[in-house]
Amino acid sequence: MGDLAHRLAGTRQLLDPILGEERNLVRCALGHAAADMVLRGGLLRGTLHEIFAGDPGASAAGFAFGLAQRVRREKRLLWIRQDFSALEHAELCPTGLAELGIDPSSVLLLRAAHAEDALRAGADALSCAALGAVIVEIPGNPKVLDLVASRRLVLGAQTKGVTVFLLRLSAQAEPSAAETRWRIRSLPSTEGDDWAPSAEADNWGSPRFAAELTRNRHGETGHWAMEWCCDERAFKPAANSGVVAAAPADRPAEAPHIRLLAG
Amino acid sequence: MPLASARAIVGGLAVVEADLPADRRKLIEIADWCDRFSPFVSLDPPHGLVLDITGVSHLFDGEEPMLRSLRGTLIAAGFTACAAIAGTAVAARALARFADGTIAAPGDEAATIAPLPVAALDLEHKDTHALQRAGLKTIGQVAERTRAELTARFGKEMVFKLDRALGRGEKPISPRRILPAFAAERRFAEPVVSEDFIAETILGLAASLCAVMEERGQGARRLEASFFRTDGIVRRIAVDTAQPLHDPATIARLFRTRLDALSDPLDPGFGFDLVRLCAVHAERLVPQSVGLEAHPDEEKEIAFLIDRLAARFGSHRVMVFQPQDTHIPEAAGVAVPAQHADATKLAWEPRETGEPPRRPIRLFERPEPIDAIAQVPDGPPVSFRWRRVRHRVTRAEGPERIAMEWWQHEDHKPTRDYFRVEDENGRRFWLFREGLFVRETMEPRWFLHGLFA
Repeated sequence: MGDLAHRLAGTRQLLDPILGEERNLVRCALGHAAADMVLRGGLLRGTLHEIFAGDPGASAAGFAFGLAQRVRREKRLLWIRQDFSALEHAELCPTGLAELGIDPSSVLLLRAAHAEDALRAGADALSCAALGAVIVEIPGNPKVLDLVASRRLVLGAQTKGVTVFLLRLSAQAEPSAAETRWRIRSLPSTEGDDWAPSAEADNWGSPRFAAELTRNRHGETGHWAMEWCCDERAFKPAANSGVVAAAPADRPAEAPHIRLLAG
Repeated sequence: MPLASARAIVGGLAVVEADLPADRRKLIEIADWCDRFSPFVSLDPPHGLVLDITGVSHLFDGEEPMLRSLRGTLIAAGFTACAAIAGTAVAARALARFADGTIAAPGDEAATIAPLPVAALDLEHKDTHALQRAGLKTIGQVAERTRAELTARFGKEMVFKLDRALGRGEKPISPRRILPAFAAERRFAEPVVSEDFIAETILGLAASLCAVMEERGQGARRLEASFFRTDGIVRRIAVDTAQPLHDPATIARLFRTRLDALSDPLDPGFGFDLVRLCAVHAERLVPQSVGLEAHPDEEKEIAFLIDRLAARFGSHRVMVFQPQDTHIPEAAGVAVPAQHADATKLAWEPRETGEPPRRPIRLFERPEPIDAIAQVPDGPPVSFRWRRVRHRVTRAEGPERIAMEWWQHEDHKPTRDYFRVEDENGRRFWLFREGLFVRETMEPRWFLHGLFA
C-alpha cells in the first residue's frame, strides 16, 4: 500500500503541470488586485515570461524591471542586451533605475555581441541560484530564438528558481514556451489634454502602462491600466485612466480572449 | 669592412640583405621559447638575450646541464648560438661573446673576465681603439689601472661598465613580461595533444598552485596558462577574476570556459611539451565574516557568475554601474567592468519619495537631434519631430537647467534646459534645448536625450 501511495504521488507530480494545478510553486503578487486575481495570486517565479513592446520600448523596459523587482526578492538582477540595441533603443540609465525605486548597485549588465550570445548568456546565468531575475532584451525576431530555445530557458529557470524575462522589442509574436506573455503600451496621464501649469499638474509622470496579458498558461488573459508606484515598488491600478481603448486593429491576430477591465 | 673589400677577399661571396624587423621578430620568438627556462627574460638587441636564472637552475639539474641544453637546442634548430653564465648581466654578456660556454663561479667574475680582450667591454669604438693603443689589451690590464686615471681619460660611464663587468655592482635589467607571483608547471616526456588531457593538467596545476597560495593566505586575481609547443611557439591564455580565487575546481572551470570560447582555438601543432599555470597577480584573501554580513555564499556565487561570463564573452562585457560625482546626466552613472570595480564605491542616492521619476530609464549616449517648435526664449516645446514621427506634446515639465562644467576650459559646451514631456499617446521623453537664447546662441538646438518608462 505504501508503495502504491508513493507511486500515486509521483504520478500526480508528473500530471500537475498538465492539469494546471500548481503546488509548491511560488507566485509573487504584483500589487494590482485584478491582475493578481487573473494570475492566481501573482507572477510565477522560476520560469520564463515574455514582454512585447510597442515603439519605442522604454515603457516595456520599465514594466520588465517592475516585474523583476516584484519577483526577485532582494537578490540581484542581470540585464542582458546586445551591442546593436544601444544605437537603436538607447542605453540603460542607472539614475533612471534609481528613480524607479530599483537599486542600480544590485543590477549586473552584460553586453552581448548578438542574439545567440545573449541567449547563451541567459541560459548560463540561470544556473546561478544567487540571481533573482534575468532580463534578456532581444530586438526583432532572430532565428535563434525559437521554441526550442525558449523551452531551454524555461527548464533552466526551473532548476534553480531564477525567473527570466524576455523583453522583445519591435517583434512579432511567435510560438514560445513562456508562462505568460504581455504586450505593453504607454498610457497617457489623464484623458484629454489640459495644459494648466499648476502645482499638482507637475506631479505627473509616474510610469503608467496599458498592460495586456495576451497569453497565460495557467489562467485567463486580461487587459489593465497599471501604474508603477516607485516608492512602494509595486503596481497599482492607474488613477484617472478612464476606459482603456482596445488594441488597434493592425496587431497580429493572436490573442483570442480580451476582456476589458476598467482600471 | 665595406662589402666591396669583403668581395675582393673572398670570391663568390653570398650576400643577403639584412632584414632587421624580421631579426627582431625572431629574437622575440626565441625569447618566448626561453620562457621555459626562466620567466625573467630580457631582450639584448640586436641579437642577444639575458636570462636571470637565480633559483631556477636546480630544476634543470644544475647550471652546466642547463647551459648545455639551451645552447644545444638552439644550435640544433639551426642558429649559431653562444651562451655563458655569470653573476652580473654585463659579465655574462662579455663571456658569452668571447668565451663561449663559460660558467663563472659566483664572486669570481673578475678572474674569469680578466683574460678577455677589451672589446668584450662593449665600449664605443674609439674608446676600445684608444685602450688598445695605450697598450691595454685585456680587461685584466685595464682593471689594474686606477679609477682616477680611467675616469679622466674615458669618462665615468666607462668605469661603471668596467665595474659591472668585474662583478662589482649591477645595473638592473627589466624582464619582458610581468613576473608571476606564483607558478606551477608540468613537463611532458611525450608531447600532449588531446584537449581532455590538457584540461586535466590544468586542474592538477591549479591544485598545486592553490596549495602554495593558501599557505600564504593569498588568492589569484589574474591567472595565465602558457602552453609551450615543441616547435617553440608559446600560446598564453589569461583569465581575470572578480574575487581572489583559491579553489582549483573553479579555476579549471574558468579555463575550460575560456578555451571553449576562444575565437582562435588552441592549436597544439606537434604537441605541447610544457604547460605552466601562473598567478600573475595575487591578493590577500579576505576572511569571510559570518553573521551580520548578508549571505557570503551568494556573493561568492555572483562573483563566480561574473567570472564565468567574463571568461566566455570578455571581461569588458560584464559590467556594473558606478555613480559618479557629476551633474551631467550622461556621465552620472557609468558602467564599469565588473571584475575591476571597486566594491566600496557603489552606493547610490535614494530617490525622493512622492516625486515622479526625474530621470529617464533609457538614455541615449549621444543625444539625438530633433526638430522642435517651442516658445522663445525658454518655453517648453509644443511639438517635435523625432525619427520622422511627429509628436504633439500634451504635458511638459521644466526647465531643469544643467550647465555644462564651465571649469573645463577646453570645451565650453552650451547650457542645457531639460524638459520632461509627454505626447498624445502617453509616451514620455526627456528633451533639452541646447544653448541659452541670446546669451549663448541665437539658434538654440533641440535634442532628445532619453525615454521614460
